[in-house]
Amino acid sequence: MADPMRIRAQASGDKATVRVLMSHEMESGQRKDAAGKIVPAWFIQEVTASHNGKVVMTAEWGPAVSKNPYLQFNVKGAKAGDKVSIKWVDNRGDTRTDEATIS
Amino acid sequence: MQNRRQAIQQSAVVASLLSACGWLPSTALAALNKAAFDAKTIQEAVKASGGGNISESKEVSLTAPDIAENGAVVPLGVSTTMSGVKHLLILVEKNPSVLVAVFSVTDAVDANFATRSKMGQSSDVYAVAIMNDGRALYAKKEVKVTLGGCGG
Amino acid sequence: MFFHFCEVRMRQALISLALAMALGAVPALAEKTASQGIDEYRAMLQDGNPAELFEAKGEDLWKQKRGPKNASLEACDLGQGPGIIKGVFVSLPKFFADTGKVQDLESRLLTCMQTLQGFDAQAIAKTNFGRGEMANVTALATWIAAESKGMKFNLSQSHAQERVMYEVGKRLFYMRGGTHDFSCASCHGEEGKRIRLQDLPMLTKNPGDGVGFAAWPAYRVSNGQMWGMQQRLNDCYRQQRFPYPGFASDATVALGVYLGVNAQGAASIAPAIKR
Repeated sequence: MADPMRIRAQASGDKATVRVLMSHEMESGQRKDAAGKIVPAWFIQEVTASHNGKVVMTAEWGPAVSKNPYLQFNVKGAKAGDKVSIKWVDNRGDTRTDEATIS
Repeated sequence: MQNRRQAIQQSAVVASLLSACGWLPSTALAALNKAAFDAKTIQEAVKASGGGNISESKEVSLTAPDIAENGAVVPLGVSTTMSGVKHLLILVEKNPSVLVAVFSVTDAVDANFATRSKMGQSSDVYAVAIMNDGRALYAKKEVKVTLGGCGG
Repeated sequence: MFFHFCEVRMRQALISLALAMALGAVPALAEKTASQGIDEYRAMLQDGNPAELFEAKGEDLWKQKRGPKNASLEACDLGQGPGIIKGVFVSLPKFFADTGKVQDLESRLLTCMQTLQGFDAQAIAKTNFGRGEMANVTALATWIAAESKGMKFNLSQSHAQERVMYEVGKRLFYMRGGTHDFSCASCHGEEGKRIRLQDLPMLTKNPGDGVGFAAWPAYRVSNGQMWGMQQRLNDCYRQQRFPYPGFASDATVALGVYLGVNAQGAASIAPAIKR
């Protein structure tokens, strides 16, 4: 199972800024290994964010997103104590979900 | 047993039927947008994501550095204050595949997203807002990419 | 001999333009210098350093029961007593009575992983960076460094061996060799040196907060790797076309003492984010 994400969610007014660091190779499929063979593409394709169990954002990523990806967005109507959950699915079908409490 | 392509094609058909009912399984969505991520030009990628002809707009903002010390990690932000936005896209014109990311906007989030992208070389970077009515509005900026060399 | 009228006018125009620009009368053709642009880029990356992923891993590894002895590292003494993490990073390398030698953070982690958990320290030292238990050492070092973030370096020189290691480190710093006759001083022995866009800090004295010794471990965006000081030194030697030093060898610890003592009073920004 992939390493956990780092999720920081901070409330300010009636919004919360969510910052996520995900642990993933994000292999573009453009690189060649020492033997000259293409290193197969391996990257997060979908990201879903939920606030107190309700989906608030979905994103689709291509292989150009950087390794160990960073994501930042703002959730409306959020306050300290609410839960934010992030899920990613990669092109191999692997998935990871992590949760954080808004501070 | 179906091969993967048949499975995707079939799921695309199912997806379009299901989307009419307002429910779209995420893997089918990914398959539909594969064309967008394979696109080689900005306009192609926008079209494949459901947008029309792109036109520049001061209401779309792109946050990007003037110069990136390394093309592996370039911080890019896309935002707009307009309402009625369906998707926000980040694209890098000279990348092998121009589309970096598509963010779907709901009422529950600001139309404001930031991530980091790989850039193969210095290039124009585009932030595109696809509106609910299909209009595609963009802002762009040239980002220079350098190879910092041996230190650091 | 014969000056074409146009050439003279052109040259006059160019000279006036140059003068005007020098006097600031004409707006600079570029809005900002490349150096300012790079500083902005680096600032944009500060929030959300992937090193945090390694910190989290390191913290888990410290607390987890692992190895042939199925024990955690919570009893490991990094210089201020068993289990004390805060502040140790800015006091290393230092002399340890139980091993009778001066050790840096990564060397001390090997000691603890062997004595407390039963791992084979020599085998770990021979493992490539980024792999297996070596990657775990890096994650642990990243977390331990993070626990001293912002604190000022304050290495001890009270023990005779610590002083000897400083002198050894200094000599190693200036020792030229390898196919290109490089030494550490070739790049880091003078002010104002640079390789392409990377400024090279002068390390024979305190280079300031968050620079040089005070900036590692760091996450390198160019290859998406987390590097501890040991890997940084290893790569310096590679660039100098020297043979690789042994991981946590006395030579690398001596250099750490030299750099760390020189950085006395400088604030640590580790784990940092670098090109």
